[in-house]
Amino acid sequence: MSKVLMKGNEAIAEAAIRCGCRAFFGYPITPQSEIPEYMSVRMPEVGGVFLQAESELAGINMVGGAAGAGVRTMTSTSGPGYALMQEAMSNFSAVGVPFVVVNMMRGGPGSGGILVNQGDYFQATRGGGNGDYRVLVLAPYNVQEACDLIQEAFDLADEFRLPAILLGDAMIGQMMETVEIKDVVRENRDISWATTGWDRKSRPRNVLFSLNATNEENEARILGIEERFHKAAERARIDTYRAEDAEVILVAYGTSARVSSAAVDTLRECGIRAGLVRPIFLSPFPVERIREAVIKPDVKAVVAVEMSRGMMVDDVRLALNGEKPVYLCNRVGSFVPMPDEIADFVKQILSKEVR
Amino acid sequence: MAEFRITGMHTGVPTHYCPGCSHGLIERLVMESIEELGIQERVIAVPGVGCAGLAAAYYNCDCHSPSHGRALAVATGIKRVRPDNIVFTYQGDGDLASIGMMETIHAANRGEVLTTIMANNAAYGMTGGQASPTTLLGQRTTTSQQGRTVKANGYPVHMSELLSQLDGVYYIERVTVNTVPNIRKAKKAIKHAFQNQIEGKGFNFVEVLASCPTTWGMSPVDAAKWIGTDMIREYPLGVFVDKDQGVQR
Ligand SMILES: Cc1ncc(C[n+]2csc(CCOP(=O)(O)OP(=O)(O)O)c2C)c(N)n1
Ligand code: SF4
Repeated sequence: MSKVLMKGNEAIAEAAIRCGCRAFFGYPITPQSEIPEYMSVRMPEVGGVFLQAESELAGINMVGGAAGAGVRTMTSTSGPGYALMQEAMSNFSAVGVPFVVVNMMRGGPGSGGILVNQGDYFQATRGGGNGDYRVLVLAPYNVQEACDLIQEAFDLADEFRLPAILLGDAMIGQMMETVEIKDVVRENRDISWATTGWDRKSRPRNVLFSLNATNEENEARILGIEERFHKAAERARIDTYRAEDAEVILVAYGTSARVSSAAVDTLRECGIRAGLVRPIFLSPFPVERIREAVIKPDVKAVVAVEMSRGMMVDDVRLALNGEKPVYLCNRVGSFVPMPDEIADFVKQILSKEVR
Repeated sequence: MAEFRITGMHTGVPTHYCPGCSHGLIERLVMESIEELGIQERVIAVPGVGCAGLAAAYYNCDCHSPSHGRALAVATGIKRVRPDNIVFTYQGDGDLASIGMMETIHAANRGEVLTTIMANNAAYGMTGGQASPTTLLGQRTTTSQQGRTVKANGYPVHMSELLSQLDGVYYIERVTVNTVPNIRKAKKAIKHAFQNQIEGKGFNFVEVLASCPTTWGMSPVDAAKWIGTDMIREYPLGVFVDKDQGVQR
């Protein structure tokens, strides 16, 4: 396939269809409404289902029903809508229903604002639903990667039987870039667990039900989720930029990673050996990969760059466990930290840290 | 006289219902209808959360039990991607008319090709007998201990009448299971609601006035009598919509 110029949201929708997504249920919200709009046209063309739900609450449960019936299914939303989906994320991870949710983050709390933001990090990675459950979270930093990661998200959801979230932001959803969208339709997905109607011969009766009859059953369910999540952690990866010989490492994902890579160049021009570590997985968090990139004698400081009050920085600190000093450079309220601001912040802490 | 036989749609797991509870009876009517229509291998059950929510253990078919109130959204998702399957929800009045009211109205309005059985026992059985939107005025529950008042809780919700206003519905009937003739009529209604789905017609809704002797504080016999007097007065039986017959009240 050749390269085409596409808006992030539309490219993501097309990439989902090209990897066999055949059902979309969702509710409009800025900055992702191009996804349902695009799906409303494309799904009928490929014999799939598009339905505009009455709310995100209903939409995500339609997703769970359809995905639970063995069909590749997704929804897309932004923070306020994702907040309404939390009950379902808990319930469907408990019963191992794989589907993909795109969250194009906008400002919060509450209605917040419609511009770029990263304040849903906790909601996505910790989960706002009840109980001990886990979901997978992938974070693209450009449109091409968003297309690749949504296709990977469907595969990971299937493999680990957990819902997967593509955590983008208003910038990635709204900007246009050239992309090459792959065709990766999976034949013979294993749906032997799904509610497809029971022929009484080929398999046992399938029941998707998160209420447990006994403590033992509940414990086994939670440990099962945990085990699958730990297996997924082996896949958790990062990308790096000029990090090999760095004395200071910026850690950022999504749009802030893009800005941070410019900050790395600015700092290098000033003679400061800066590098970038960019987690592509946010859940499971790529602890080992980050440690490999950061726990080196040359590294004097680590700076988490975020468009939130500081959320991913907690995971960075947990990963480094006090072995390197970790700082937070952030803006809130849909302000994007500029490369120069980041560079100034780094210069300031380096003067404190070492000289 | 025909010999009593447990339907093959029942797993054989003994039910947990209280003596005199209507859930087991209504479920039997659902199971028999499915078996008689020969759709066992195509059917997918979506039991709502409530006393009948544990019925995933009883229906001898694939089951997807959703969160409280979300049954019609989950059922919509299943049916839209698997239109050849027969998908039904079985929900209590709390599940369907309180926490799930939005999903209910929208599924009905979209004319989803589904079958929904609502067991209206005018209370929250599973959580110990609190008031529900269908609790009668004056009825005592653990959260309306002096009896339901209009001032505190408004009026009983009439789901069959409410849904009859929507163009998307195909068939709505209110029945009950307090006497043998009424059980027969209920069976006919439930079977019809499945037959319609087989023919691609929807939305199909059967409201069954059901007893909950435990939380009503009555014997099973008195509970059946109370349905025949008080409940039927508030919730009259009958066909509200049947598009085959040109009926839409
Ligand atoms: C989100 C949520 N809120 C509350 C509950 C607790 N709960 C379980 S069943 C139920 C009410 C059931 O009443 P109804 O639907 O009338 O069914 P019945 O038990 O009377 O048959 C409630 C409130 C729950 N499971 N989930
Ligand atoms: S509490 Fe009521 S609804 Fe629940 S099983 Fe007992 S009688 Fe039936």
